[in-house]
Amino acid sequence: MAFAAFASSDAAVTKPPRRKSTIALVLLLPGILYMVLFFLTPLISLVITSFQAELPGGDIGDYIPGLQWQNYVDGASEYLPHILRAFGYALVATVFALIISYPIAYFIGVKARRWPLLQSMMLTLVIAPFFISFLLRTLAWKQILSDESPVVLALKAVAILPADGHLTGTPFAVIFGLTYNFIPFMTLPLYTTLERLDIRFLEAGSDLYASPATTFAKVTVPLSMPGIISGTLLTFIPAAGDYINASRDFLGSSKTAMLGNAIEANFLTLQNYPIAAALSIILMAVILVLVGVYVRRSGTEDLL
Amino acid sequence: MNAPLPRDPLIQQAIAHTRSLQRAKQIAVSRRSVLAGAGLGLGALALAACSTGPRPAPLAAVDSSASDKSVVWDNWPAYIDEDDDGNYPTVIGFEEQTGIKVTYNVAVDDNNSYYGKVKDQLALGQDIGADAVCLTEWMVSRLIRKGYVQELDAANIPNKKNVLPSLANPDFDPGRNRSLPWQGGFAGICWNKERLPKGLRSVDDLWKPELKGRVGVLSEMRDTIGVIMQSQGVDVSSDWTESQFMDAIDLFRKQVDDGQVRNIKGNAYLNDLQNEDTLAAICWSGDITLINAEAGDKWEFILPDSGGTLWNDTFVVPMGSTRKANAEALMNYYYEPEVAAEVAAWVNYITPVVGAREAMDSIDPELANNQLIFPDEKTLEQAHVFRTLTAEEEKTLGTEFQKVLLGI
Repeated sequence: MAFAAFASSDAAVTKPPRRKSTIALVLLLPGILYMVLFFLTPLISLVITSFQAELPGGDIGDYIPGLQWQNYVDGASEYLPHILRAFGYALVATVFALIISYPIAYFIGVKARRWPLLQSMMLTLVIAPFFISFLLRTLAWKQILSDESPVVLALKAVAILPADGHLTGTPFAVIFGLTYNFIPFMTLPLYTTLERLDIRFLEAGSDLYASPATTFAKVTVPLSMPGIISGTLLTFIPAAGDYINASRDFLGSSKTAMLGNAIEANFLTLQNYPIAAALSIILMAVILVLVGVYVRRSGTEDLL
Repeated sequence: MNAPLPRDPLIQQAIAHTRSLQRAKQIAVSRRSVLAGAGLGLGALALAACSTGPRPAPLAAVDSSASDKSVVWDNWPAYIDEDDDGNYPTVIGFEEQTGIKVTYNVAVDDNNSYYGKVKDQLALGQDIGADAVCLTEWMVSRLIRKGYVQELDAANIPNKKNVLPSLANPDFDPGRNRSLPWQGGFAGICWNKERLPKGLRSVDDLWKPELKGRVGVLSEMRDTIGVIMQSQGVDVSSDWTESQFMDAIDLFRKQVDDGQVRNIKGNAYLNDLQNEDTLAAICWSGDITLINAEAGDKWEFILPDSGGTLWNDTFVVPMGSTRKANAEALMNYYYEPEVAAEVAAWVNYITPVVGAREAMDSIDPELANNQLIFPDEKTLEQAHVFRTLTAEEEKTLGTEFQKVLLGI
């Protein structure tokens, strides 16, 4: 629209188009209402809860409004290992997911272009896990990685695992679960950018005597950067807040508890809502800062 | 972003125009959102100010049972007799006898998460969508303490006289005015008979080196710590001190830190027993009977000599229920010895109803002698009810236990 206006005359450029469009407002209204009701309100109530103080002599779960900054200090110091674990595990899982997903996405998006049927079949396979509940899939892995499973027995037979070793309840199982569960979130954005990759650029690279590795590093990777950034964000953010994989009931143990598990315990079991809320906000803030730095460093602010 | 612009003046102008538009848009959006945010923040603050802090206990809802012949019952999984088609025969019996339509929900998977789901409605005295709920006694004692459950009308439950004398006067509800036991059970120790043919005698056997990493315990504090405290010579029903509790926590923490105990679970522990991640565990009595029936007679449950814990899941009627009389009729029905025996024959937990054992003789004489369903005096002596905690203890001791679970 702006371009059409521009093309007719110079005056049209400086004159801004209609600023107030009631139709646009009406169309935006459901979205705004939704965000206000289901995002902003809970967020504000979370912030308020995080500052609540314990009611002196009160029953379990009784809190009064207050300005307890101490909740943040207590939460951050008591649960520091959980905060570190959350981001450490999420980071490792994101890197693994990227390493695993990139070749898959490259194959589907570039190599399989000639066979649309194969392409759509492989895409379906990537999405297929979504047809089964997240919880069930994770439970299935718990079963596959259990002590008497063929996987563990085989690993013990070739002495990769010591005789008294386990997989479930270890950081390995948790990171494995995170990687597995978030791989589609990595593969799909990578696929959408690689699918549009212009092969002629790669041909140009080899015409200019670049080795395949150089072409990949200098042409393919920079061109697929938008996919890499959105894929890593879509993996890292939910993985950092995940509490299912690391839960004692699934792949984790008390030694692998992540921040999400600490929030769950404080909220549900201990009825310690202020600490749970403070931890949630810490999680959100750290993610926001990390993502901000990451996006800035990778020079892709335009994507956001 | 700062790449040199194309030289074509037409395109340059186009880009400049688009950028200025974008900037204008950003400003407009941010100003609007800031205003909206501020307004909402104030609104939410006002809301939060009204909704936090302790309130006076809610009042009981008006009973409309006479006109509304239905009742909703929330209960735990596998906790009622069920036929092959998924129907509940005793529930159908109740509907036929009274004409009250029952909605039976398997809605309780964990005391804490159920409480977390309904606590706000409970505090306001609103309907939580259930007229009768079965929760474990320690949670029931909290609900009674906070005034969240209705007083039961003894006249509507004549069969209340059948409650086991040992359960008739708990410290949190003397005379059972607001609660009535549904089923009970033991927490003790169990092991895989195939893998551990020699079996276990005491709780200390769980800490043997050969079981390293293969021991499971329950995430229910009162059962796990209770069984450990008993093994340290503390009667959990007595007035024990915090330091005695902490002794058990210390031992528990050591076993978790050393990797002796790897699995700390709720109901999911059965899964670990079956895939043999767990070879020996602190566990619940009825579950073992159930998985033995499913997967061959593979596990054995005992109450250790030092003693196990005894718990009860207990009926309550939330303040917001408008069908209390119907719920009372339901409780009355399940306190008929014949009905109680029918349920016990299926769920394999301890029935709180006097006379059920005699009724069981006609259903299945073998079950009537099962100590885990109809314990005799000697067995009951070995099992102790974890004493009711004060609100303060619930907070501090609960935090200590959760710390171990979270690896702090």
